[in-house]
Amino acid sequence: MSEPSHQSANRWRRFSDWDERPLRLDRFAVEDPANGFAAFNGAKDPKPGLVIADGKVAAMDGIAAAEFDMIDTYIARHHLDIALAETAMAIPSTQIARMLVDIAVPRAELARLAHGLTPAKLAEVVAQLSSIELAFAFSKMRTRKTPGNQGHVTNAKDDPLQLAADAAIAVAFGFDEVETTMRVARNAWSNALACAVGAAVGRWGTLFQCSSEEAEELQIGMAGFTSYAETVSVYGTEKAFTDGDDTPWSKAFLAAAYASRGIKMRCTSGAASELLMGFHESKSLLYLEARCLCLQRAMGVQGTQNGGIDGAPLASTMPGGVRELLAENLIAVWLDLECATGNDARHSESEIRVGAKILPYLIAGSDFICSGMGSILAYDNSFNPSSFNGEEMEDFLVLQRDYEADGGLTSVGETRALELRRRATDALGAVLEELGLGQPSEAMKRSVIVASGSNETESYLPRDVSFISEEIKARGINVLDVIKALTKRGYKEEAQNLLNVVRLRVSGDYLQTAAVVRQGHVISAVNDPNDYGGPGSGYRLNEQRRSELAAIRDVLTREEVLRTEATYAGPEARRIRYHALGDARATGPKTEIVIGVSPAFGLKLFRTLAGHPLSAVLKALSDGIAEKGGIPRIVRMRHTADTSFLGLSAARLAGSGVGIGLQAKGTAVIHQADRLPHHNLELFSNAPITTLDHYRRMGANAATYAASEMPEPVVVTNDGEAMGARFHAQVALIYAIETSLTEDGAKPEDIKIDFLETA
Amino acid sequence: MARIESVADYPLAENRPDLVKTARGKALQELTLDAVMAGEVTLEDLRITPQALLDQARIAALAGRPTLGRNFERAAELIAVPQDYLLKVYELLRPGRAKTKADLLEAAKTLRETYSATKMAAFVEEAAEVYEKRGLFTFRF
Repeated sequence: MSEPSHQSANRWRRFSDWDERPLRLDRFAVEDPANGFAAFNGAKDPKPGLVIADGKVAAMDGIAAAEFDMIDTYIARHHLDIALAETAMAIPSTQIARMLVDIAVPRAELARLAHGLTPAKLAEVVAQLSSIELAFAFSKMRTRKTPGNQGHVTNAKDDPLQLAADAAIAVAFGFDEVETTMRVARNAWSNALACAVGAAVGRWGTLFQCSSEEAEELQIGMAGFTSYAETVSVYGTEKAFTDGDDTPWSKAFLAAAYASRGIKMRCTSGAASELLMGFHESKSLLYLEARCLCLQRAMGVQGTQNGGIDGAPLASTMPGGVRELLAENLIAVWLDLECATGNDARHSESEIRVGAKILPYLIAGSDFICSGMGSILAYDNSFNPSSFNGEEMEDFLVLQRDYEADGGLTSVGETRALELRRRATDALGAVLEELGLGQPSEAMKRSVIVASGSNETESYLPRDVSFISEEIKARGINVLDVIKALTKRGYKEEAQNLLNVVRLRVSGDYLQTAAVVRQGHVISAVNDPNDYGGPGSGYRLNEQRRSELAAIRDVLTREEVLRTEATYAGPEARRIRYHALGDARATGPKTEIVIGVSPAFGLKLFRTLAGHPLSAVLKALSDGIAEKGGIPRIVRMRHTADTSFLGLSAARLAGSGVGIGLQAKGTAVIHQADRLPHHNLELFSNAPITTLDHYRRMGANAATYAASEMPEPVVVTNDGEAMGARFHAQVALIYAIETSLTEDGAKPEDIKIDFLETA
Repeated sequence: MARIESVADYPLAENRPDLVKTARGKALQELTLDAVMAGEVTLEDLRITPQALLDQARIAALAGRPTLGRNFERAAELIAVPQDYLLKVYELLRPGRAKTKADLLEAAKTLRETYSATKMAAFVEEAAEVYEKRGLFTFRF
């Protein structure tokens, strides 16, 4: 019997608070190497080793050639460069680990060295690096200099209109590659056509993939709709491989098949897939992935997507699991493979864990930071939610701006977004009509254009889409038919953009390692190699790119703050009138409380940060003072705008010796004449959440102190809001207006006020 | 003199357009929208050619990526292989599809003799040898 933990009286209730955090939806697993739950140190991980006899590998990582499984055989024959392997293997792992983080050792030298290293050796080397060293080494070793990103474009209805609109948006955000998949397998052709059209809106060069069954994916590619593929999975144990219904040879054959059709291709691997499939051989995530990666280089693919991928959530349940993902990404680029670094399948319900996971990749840069960021809402992501989805797009854009780190994306304004969605849905509608595939109504298109996600659309449903898709396939419609349809209907720019992408395959330039298209040019590890060699080298933001990253939505400017303040001036003028009476009197009656207001109070600034008109604040304070028998007097300070000194100066002028300092933004203090400047009676520093009732009670307390009594201090409670984040930019701009009006030695001025309207 | 002297020739479409021709002999600049509308460009013109893959293989090797180069060389041989047969060989290479080593050797023979795909044929023969050793020619449900 166990007692229900929530009701237990004998429990520190902080644990109940923690129980409610999203983090607690994540389940964590104990390290258990024998059962495959080990990130770095598997129960049966072999020690690195290589024996070469007669120019052939006689044993590798402790296994004799006669005992090799298919993976060992493939690696020994096609990955290892026998001419340099013995020398390379003889270098101590610690020394190679240091070379990886040494800016004086060129990337090319390390990449060449890797041709002679076995999986166990590669794993042993990277395991010696801390997380920061892994990220740094990754930054140095990644293949293409310019970082990039990949986005998912899918929706829960397979609606082609929405796919077109969302593809256009993904292109505008700057994704170098866009990947789609379907809820219903037979909708592949429709998805492919819709995304191809959408991705041709706005600019050209975004590569596009339709993830589906191998043979169909190849056919869709041959029809010209898609330009890359990444569904070719490999595994680190023989049983997992054959259970996945392939072998290293069948996958390598497929790799050649894609290249023969002019389609860019990368493999998929990543931690924990073997564990998920039940064939881990008691080996660590890292060692098994090192095998996968050697195999991929051996097969001659240009790149990989790894870093957990679908196994990332499982890897992340283990101690060091997230560090292991970094380590396996490092092995990939060290082996000179293009690396799409995972960060797709969301590994946690905790936004903090998600944000923390992306950071090393963002600041290190990556060929593709996410191998599928959800450009659409999480529920529309047919691959399952990504680390970042449409919901979190702006968080990512701000992270880029915070760190001045290029995550490949750029903000898109509201007007532009709407134009692109209109254009894409119209273009797709025209293609569907022209090819006799459908007649989408204006209402359907309109619903898609403004919809954030498919829950809000009145458009095609999966069943409708199946008819379209099967017709595209049955009639053998290809990309040239689409280009012609676009041209006939006046979408010449889109037709040209689409033709430009298909034309890439004639030269095959984009088949080279880490190729993407930027401004109409293919860049890859061949002509844009990562040349990092210390500060000042490698990828750096140029001024233009830096300003693109800075240009997020809704940023404050001084002009805007002043303009906003000016709009409050008129209404305030109808509520209150200030009469300057000249130099302030030195003292007054024993019951007098002086309210010392700041220089710009009511002259240039008219509202507190909580939005209260200053007239209402003065009224509330005055009422509170009067309630307890005090007499308020208003004095404008001109020598200071600081709350403490406003309060202290007011107190020194007051007949009671008690004063209230009040800034225009609403910050207030109760002070006493004989106290030290920062040793006040009560302080109200959280102006944005200070209510008029608080000000009234503050006035009452001031009068109570004046009567030499001890009131209950007024406490402004908060909900833990990050006030600084919400208000400090505005505060700094407003406060500068106050300080610009101060003058050394300027005398306080008595003010008479008339309230023109009653509340 | 080799067609490709250094990686400076890359990207070929920009730096060596003289080397880039479609399967029907068209130059890249002939693949215009007007030509598409006039029916002068077919899907055949938008496919990669064996020569382009061999050129890319050379660039990959010059860039220090010999295995990628070898994949492009195998791919160059597969261009002539029709889609159906391509997928048939892929299927045969999957676990348990070939019931005997002879099935794979037969495919290798076809690749070599019908399509002159000598490297790919050798590759399939290598698979046959390894599959036999690892017991993959077994019946799978």
